[in-house]
Amino acid sequence: MCLAVPLKITEIHGKEAVAESMGMRRKIRVDFIENPQVGEYVIVHAGFAIERLQEKQAMEDLETWEELDKAVTAEYSTQTIGKS
Amino acid sequence: MKTERLCNELAALPLDREVCLMEVCGTHTMAIAKSGIKSILPKNVKLLSGPGCPVCVTPASDIDAILELSMCPNVIIATYGDMVRVPGSTPGDNLARRKALGAQVRVVYSPIDAVETAKQNPEKEVVFLGVGFETTAPGTAAAALAASDEGVSNFTVFSMLKAVEPALRALIAMKGFRVEGFLCPGHVATIIGERGFAFLPEEFKMPAVISGFEPEEIMLAIWHLLRQITEHTPKLENKYKQAVSPRGNILAQRVMASCFEMKPSYWRGLGLIPASGLKFRKDFSGLDAEKRFAEILGEEARGARKGSPAQSACRCGDIITGRLSPVQCPLFGKRCLPEDPVGPCMVSSEGACAAAYKYMDYIGFSENG
Repeated sequence: MCLAVPLKITEIHGKEAVAESMGMRRKIRVDFIENPQVGEYVIVHAGFAIERLQEKQAMEDLETWEELDKAVTAEYSTQTIGKS
Repeated sequence: MKTERLCNELAALPLDREVCLMEVCGTHTMAIAKSGIKSILPKNVKLLSGPGCPVCVTPASDIDAILELSMCPNVIIATYGDMVRVPGSTPGDNLARRKALGAQVRVVYSPIDAVETAKQNPEKEVVFLGVGFETTAPGTAAAALAASDEGVSNFTVFSMLKAVEPALRALIAMKGFRVEGFLCPGHVATIIGERGFAFLPEEFKMPAVISGFEPEEIMLAIWHLLRQITEHTPKLENKYKQAVSPRGNILAQRVMASCFEMKPSYWRGLGLIPASGLKFRKDFSGLDAEKRFAEILGEEARGARKGSPAQSACRCGDIITGRLSPVQCPLFGKRCLPEDPVGPCMVSSEGACAAAYKYMDYIGFSENG
């Protein structure tokens, strides 16, 4: 039950909404999302959206790997090269 | 390519001794097993599964109480699917078996679905099994409040909800606890905020990294943890910023706090931990299944059951506290199998034993379990 999936909101009816991912549509609750908007991605956990995702995985991947690049090319990396 | 590069960076870390890290989230456990991350980590890095699977930390005495309640003819048990096959203190006795004996058990995806079940069955008492951590607690509270607002008087919740922080504190205080860094659960952090894990480095000098759920994200988080360890710079790093803010989801926290307050709670493997469980506030006692079915679910009734002998040789308690890996349990893969589980760690789809068994072909479990 800890599983959570990112879904895209397609309809909003008060605290209820419809969200989808890869053709799967699901009724969800948006009690915990301030001013939810159609088209936004949210993380859904046990039927409740628990947070919005700004631009889903793409941005996240980009940030993560840029960060790694920065980190491993910094001083630390140069110190450890050759130790493997 | 990214994974290969990360593997190289991990191998380049100056680790000259064994280091144990722990994840405390069932989704992390499954993602790690499924992706085979353990098999590509340096041999001296051990990943242990902590108390991150809600079903796994629920004590047998709670399950016994639920099984007894399920046999009441006017009661419908509404539950997440994971709970259906969890045995109580008698091996083989679970909600699935009770259903075959006539109990009414409905599997729901969301607590809101359980409220719907109550509306559709006004002549029955619908009891939702509220298990989980801060991720499921807000939704459980919201569903209970919705039932109250709509006057659905035949809906109650048996709250076995728990908070993650007290369990981590209890683990760290455990004699012989050898974990040197925590892979913090991304979804719990989504609710409580990254500050919810700041106590790890601040009070215990314990490296902590909040991670997402893709294999590369987990690998990256492990690399950050190991880097903190090798550099002796324990801190909290949030590597799941697309969902986790410093203060978390305030709306969810508000709903949770309006409905629940802290109570002492029993954890499988960890025992009684003060202020680690969530119970209904007095104003909402009408929603509390412990009150409505006090003779079965009440603390006194459940306390009496705790005297019953522990079940067989199951070592789930040791596994979720990092003392053993699944393969070290004498029942693993022999008497305890996914199709006929003895303990909750093999039952739950997020359990450490289920994950290790399902993906053992990939993880080289005998070496790095």
